[in-house]
This record gives sequence, structure tokens and C-alpha cells, in this order.
Amino acid sequence: MNDKLWFVPLVLGLVALAVAHYGGLVMAPTEAMMGEVGRIMYAHVPTAWTGMLMGLVAFVFACGSLATSKDGWDIGTHASVEVATLLCTLLCIQGALWAKPTWGVYWDWDPRLTSTAILVLSFAGVLILRALVHDQGKRRIVTGVTTILAFVNVPITYYSVKWWNTLHQDMSSGSSIADEFKWSLYLGWLAMMLIAVGLVGLRSAGLMARLRREHGETALPKAKQKIELLAEKGGA
Amino acid sequence: MIFRQAIEIFRKDLLIEWRGKARFVALAVFAATILLMMSFAIGPNNKELQAHASGYIWIAVLLTSTQLLAGSFQSETEGGALEGLRLLPVFPPSLFYGKAIANWLFLVLLVVLVLPLSFALFDLSIQGSYGLLALVILLGTAGVAAPGTLYAALTARAPAQQLMLPLLLFPLLVPTLLAAVKVTALVFVGDPMGQAGGWLGLLACFDVVFWMFGGVLFWKLVES
Repeated sequence: MNDKLWFVPLVLGLVALAVAHYGGLVMAPTEAMMGEVGRIMYAHVPTAWTGMLMGLVAFVFACGSLATSKDGWDIGTHASVEVATLLCTLLCIQGALWAKPTWGVYWDWDPRLTSTAILVLSFAGVLILRALVHDQGKRRIVTGVTTILAFVNVPITYYSVKWWNTLHQDMSSGSSIADEFKWSLYLGWLAMMLIAVGLVGLRSAGLMARLRREHGETALPKAKQKIELLAEKGGA
Repeated sequence: MIFRQAIEIFRKDLLIEWRGKARFVALAVFAATILLMMSFAIGPNNKELQAHASGYIWIAVLLTSTQLLAGSFQSETEGGALEGLRLLPVFPPSLFYGKAIANWLFLVLLVVLVLPLSFALFDLSIQGSYGLLALVILLGTAGVAAPGTLYAALTARAPAQQLMLPLLLFPLLVPTLLAAVKVTALVFVGDPMGQAGGWLGLLACFDVVFWMFGGVLFWKLVES
């Protein structure tokens, strides 16, 4: 498959995102409780869904990578961990921007916020460790194991923080979205998914090419064989 | 067979630690130093120190545990001891459980050594039950030992292990830290509402998940 094809979902996603955000940020009515601030939901909720889904994708890739020992799964894990880290970082920033005018603070020990931040830290750890290990076989195992544990830990962290929190205060987050503008939320989600798929694909293609270079394979193995054959004939 | 091998690994680690007692003493002194620095950082306000003592104790344990865990695999990578063990052949899960149980024991010992000091430093008293204290020490350190042993093995050959181990391990230990600090605080101030049971349940769940996952994932890791 031509690697350039991954640009198709990326571009489609960006166009869909523009349309969705026009609907959510311009056309939709102002939220009754939160005012204009409430509009961030149209960007925040799609990011949240896509970010968590990419975490799940990374987990699935990591399981596949450990089960099959194939480099393709490992490359997929790396790319999806990167995209998940990016999206979840974005999610934390959006959450903080929304929390300041709504709750009065940038950061609160809300279980969703905290478990997302912990996931970002864990995934960043995976990527750093990966960068330090140079042997591909070892790198595949290390990435697989740390990705699985980082993801398994998310629900445990979520519930422990939730529990810890309920003893102090109860923080509710209203996310009321006008029914007639639900489409812009779902279109936003579709857009983010397309962008994420495009990014994972492009990154995987790039990483795969790098891995091949590391293994000393040329981009044109057949042409290389021909040249060697010709050289042999010439020598004989 | 699996069990016997694990016991032998456990005995071997115990023997190594016993022959190099100075290292464990240094670790305990390190933990004590952290507790002392906490008191200086917070200031001479006794009430404040007392209120957060359980947090300081577990942070001291966590920080010290990274040194302890990293050391436990240093001895295996030096001179290719790990390859030797694999060739014997030692079944990988036995190796994991042997080492994890040894680390667990060392961590329990560390807490037991550090606790009297924190009682003196933070003017603590036990209002809850001693059984609860024993339980939270056992379950809390178990929750550090299993993922800690696995991650120490993971980072054993990585450059900058001293940095990578806590970087990967600490985010994973958030639930353990929350639950252990909470229950320990309840031991100090008393638990009239009966909140400790739930937190101990959470700790136990975390322990079961990571002691199970640890063996399987370690197997994968060693095979590579």
C-alpha cells in the first residue's frame, strides 16, 4: 500500500473538523449554565473519546505484538501510543482551560482528569524507554509490557481517585449539549478519529521505513538483487 | 518444581542481601533521611506533620524502593548471572516470584524499621488496631514489590536505569499509594466510620492483578 494514502483520512478529518467546529463554536446556541465556555465541549468530548480509544488501540497492538512477535504490531503500538499521548495531553489542556472558569481552578482531583494525566505520564515513560533500547527484539517486548500495564492501570486509577475524592467533595460536570447540534459533536468525533487514524498510519509507515533501514535493507531489494546478479555475471 | 525453584531464588536473594548487609542499612538510613527532610521542609508545625505523616512514610518507602529494586537486578545482569540462571534452567515465573517475594520481605522490613522513627518525629500514636497496621504494611509493600520487580527487570539493561525505573513505576503505583496512605492515616487517627475495609479491598485487588500479570509478562520479557 502506498504510504501517501494515509494523507486521505488526515485531510478528510481536518475538513470534517472545520465543519464540526463551525457548527459547535459558531452556529450552536450558547449553553445555559456555562455560557460561551460550554462550547469547548464540542472540541473536548471528541478529543476525550478519540484519546481513550487510541489508548485501547495501543493496548490491542501491544497484546498482538507480544503474542505474535511481529515487528508490524510493535510499530503499530509505538505509533498509537504516540497519538494517544498527544490526544490525552491535549485533553488535559482543554480540561484545564474549561475548569478555570467553571470550577474556579485549573486543576482539580477529578478522577477523569487524574487518570488521564497518569495515562499521559505512563505512555510518555513507554516512549522514553523505547527510545533508550536499541535492540529491536528487546524493544518490542519492553514496549508491549509497559503499554499493557499502563493501560490496565487506567480503570484502577480512575476508581481509586473517584473513591478518594468522594470523601472530600463531589464534583459534577454538566455537559449539556443542544439536541439539534449533536451532529456537530458526532462529526467532530468522526473527524478526530480520521485524523488519529491518518496520524497513526503515517507514523507507522515512517517507523517501518526506519526499521528497514536499521536492518540494512534497501528500499529497492529487487533492483539490488539484479545489480548483484549482473556484477556476478560480469565478474565471471 | 516451580515452587521449589522460586524458594531457591528467594533464598539466594536473601543470602546476597545478608552478605552485603551494609547496602540494606544504607537504604534504611536513606528512608530515615527522607523522613527527616520532610519535617524540615514542612517546618516545626507538629499538627501539620502529624496530619500528613502517613503520606511522608509511604513517600519515603516509595523513593527508597526504587533503589532497592534497581539493586536487585543489578546483581543479575552483572557477569551474565541472568543467562546462567536461564540455562540451568530456571523457569522464568519462578525467577520472578522468588525475586518479588524477596523484595516484598525487604520492603516490609524497611517499613518496620522506619515506623518507630516516624512515631518519634511526628508524635504519632495508634488509635486504630495493630492488625490493620500489619495488614496495610503487608498489602501496600506487596503492591510495590510485584510491579517494581517487573519494571526493574525491564529497565535492568536500559541506560539511566535509576531514572527510568521511577519514571515508569510511580504512575503505576498511584492506586497503591492512595490506598496505603489512607489506611495508614486511619490507623493513626482511628477508623470510627469503618472506611479502611474498602481501601484494603482496593489494595488487595491491585496486588492480585499485578502479582498475576507480573509472572506472565516477566516470562515474555526473559524469553527475548
